[in-house]
Amino acid sequence: MKTMSAHIVVAGGGVAGMEAAGTLAGMGYRVTMIEKDDAPGGHLLQWHALFPDRRPADEVISHFRKHTEHPNLRIITGTTVEKVRNHGSGVLVSLSGGAEEQADAVIVATGFELFDAHRKEEYGYGIYDNVITSADLEAMFNRGLVAKADGSVPSRIGLVHCVGSRDEKVNNNHCSKVCCVTAVKQAIEIRKMLPSCEVFCFYMDMRMYGPYYEELYRESQEYHNVNFIRGKVSEASVNINNRLVIKVEDTLAGRPLKMELDIIVLMVGMEMAGAGMRLAEASGMKRGINRFLESTDHHYGNNLSGLRGVFYAGTCTAPMNITDTISHARAAVTETVKYLNSR
Amino acid sequence: MYMKPEGKKRIWAEYQKEIPDDHFFYVRSCIRQTFFAGSEQYFLKILRDDLGKDVYEDPRHTTCTGIGYHGDVVPFETIQAVVARHFALATEAGYKHIAISCVTSFGIYSEILETWKHFPETLERTRENLYKATGRTFDVPETISHTSDIIYKFRDQIARKAKYHLIDISTGEPLKVVEHIGCHYSKMFPKYGVGGAEFPHVLVGMVEAWGGDIIDYPERRHCCGFGFRQYLVQANRGYSLFATRKKFESMQPYRPDMIIANCPGCTMFMDRWQYTIREIDGITYGADGQGIPVLTYEEVAGLVLGYNPWELGLQYHNVQSLPLLRKMGIKADPSERFLAKDGSRLPEPENLING
Repeated sequence: MKTMSAHIVVAGGGVAGMEAAGTLAGMGYRVTMIEKDDAPGGHLLQWHALFPDRRPADEVISHFRKHTEHPNLRIITGTTVEKVRNHGSGVLVSLSGGAEEQADAVIVATGFELFDAHRKEEYGYGIYDNVITSADLEAMFNRGLVAKADGSVPSRIGLVHCVGSRDEKVNNNHCSKVCCVTAVKQAIEIRKMLPSCEVFCFYMDMRMYGPYYEELYRESQEYHNVNFIRGKVSEASVNINNRLVIKVEDTLAGRPLKMELDIIVLMVGMEMAGAGMRLAEASGMKRGINRFLESTDHHYGNNLSGLRGVFYAGTCTAPMNITDTISHARAAVTETVKYLNSR
Repeated sequence: MYMKPEGKKRIWAEYQKEIPDDHFFYVRSCIRQTFFAGSEQYFLKILRDDLGKDVYEDPRHTTCTGIGYHGDVVPFETIQAVVARHFALATEAGYKHIAISCVTSFGIYSEILETWKHFPETLERTRENLYKATGRTFDVPETISHTSDIIYKFRDQIARKAKYHLIDISTGEPLKVVEHIGCHYSKMFPKYGVGGAEFPHVLVGMVEAWGGDIIDYPERRHCCGFGFRQYLVQANRGYSLFATRKKFESMQPYRPDMIIANCPGCTMFMDRWQYTIREIDGITYGADGQGIPVLTYEEVAGLVLGYNPWELGLQYHNVQSLPLLRKMGIKADPSERFLAKDGSRLPEPENLING
């Protein structure tokens, strides 16, 4: 078989899937990208602006739409990859609905799911009107209106970090990496949209690991008066005026704190996607204690699945930001091409 | 109320436990027998006479020793053997469902069953210890229910037999009720409680079935003020009082008509500390500054079913319930509160609120 006529299936049409599929198609391979939703784009479709530069998410989506417009690339939507298995010299891919695709290689890019905030009952998501998630806040930004459930303008908003991350109680010991900087970005956006609204971030520690994140954190304090309180919120409730009341321990001041808020934003973390877990289960792919896909080597083979011709890209392996996801997807492309050339 | 009912129902749906329909082996509570003896008596009466259920009691059953266990004077091995003996009595009588009157005991039973599940060797050691000490053997029960679980299960049947409702007859409005769940019921092993740790449904379900409205106030999940270490260590009692005061300050703006609790410690402390707070701060809580009666779920069920409040034992609370009874339309002669069965007059407690 000539290498360039090889057929590659990409499972997932989020950032990693689009980057990998578009790049491979551009290199001349026949690519089929399988997306579970009605259109590719993944979580990016719900986001308003991106850290650290508050670039509109639309810009990045437009980039990926162009990147994936290629005659070599076929996109199947509303479908999931249920199983992959080695078959002959290639990989047989079973799709939801019963169809099958014969591929020479597969890139798994099934991504992540946001933590379901209902599981942290003590924060009252789904119980109190004005407890929302970071994703809900992005939707508000998209609508151009940050308001309480009754339509009134909030005067004090609290952002709670690490909701569903670094939390043994919900079986998630891992850090989701992007929530801290998302909170800082969202806090700044709130302050810009509602200059009279006070914003408080309740954090365990600030993990500003990416380029310009620390600068953004500093900017939020110096220019936007965002307040940062080191402490974990223990519970939320409402008082007789239907204002949210949170209890938190301010660990720097060394004292418990009770505060009234108009809106609580829960910075929900990343979990392995359900579709990815099903695929892994059916295909014999190993998963780590954090439930994400486990590659054959953390350092030298973190795109390698251990199954012949099957590679990993993006947040199906661990939480990561968009920049790292793109890099990881490109690395998966390299490993795939290397594999195809070696056959 | 400001809570979204659908949100609560979603959570409650995830925390449903199996509560048997019949044939219970009943184990009593030290605190309840002493302070709310009417509650235990009326649990049995309601179950047997009103609902036609089989509840078996063995007079040989003892304290669970929970207070000693939490006070660090009874070792875990000992309390496991004591509870195992209760299981042996149930096994000998042919019962598989334990009905536990005390929330402390309920926590103890839950802890022991969980320990046996995760560390099977402790179950074997307990079997050995019990056999050596008493010659008894036992089956691990199929279910454990707190007695509030059982009243909760039959709340609609009780509602259908209701003579009174949790409604202010002068306005037709539902009574405003604070519910308080014992920590050892819901917080230690949330899966063993109805509704989980954060928004338990067990008492909410009763109050709603019987016509009342639940108050959701900021310190709803705050400690009642009991807590073994807060109270048993005399030097710590200030914490106990302060915790209770914090709760009352938080619920006071909602002008509650009553508190319903499922733990004897909570019932006792939220009742008794109201007197203490009045003495220290001069504050009497409640809708009209008349105190807030703190009732057990059997007392509330008994009122709904039309039983005599003085037979139920309401007069043995520090905060008397006369304004509450008037609101519900229950006629009760206060002069009969402290009459013995033979008509003789019992000594009247001093310093009652609304006395």
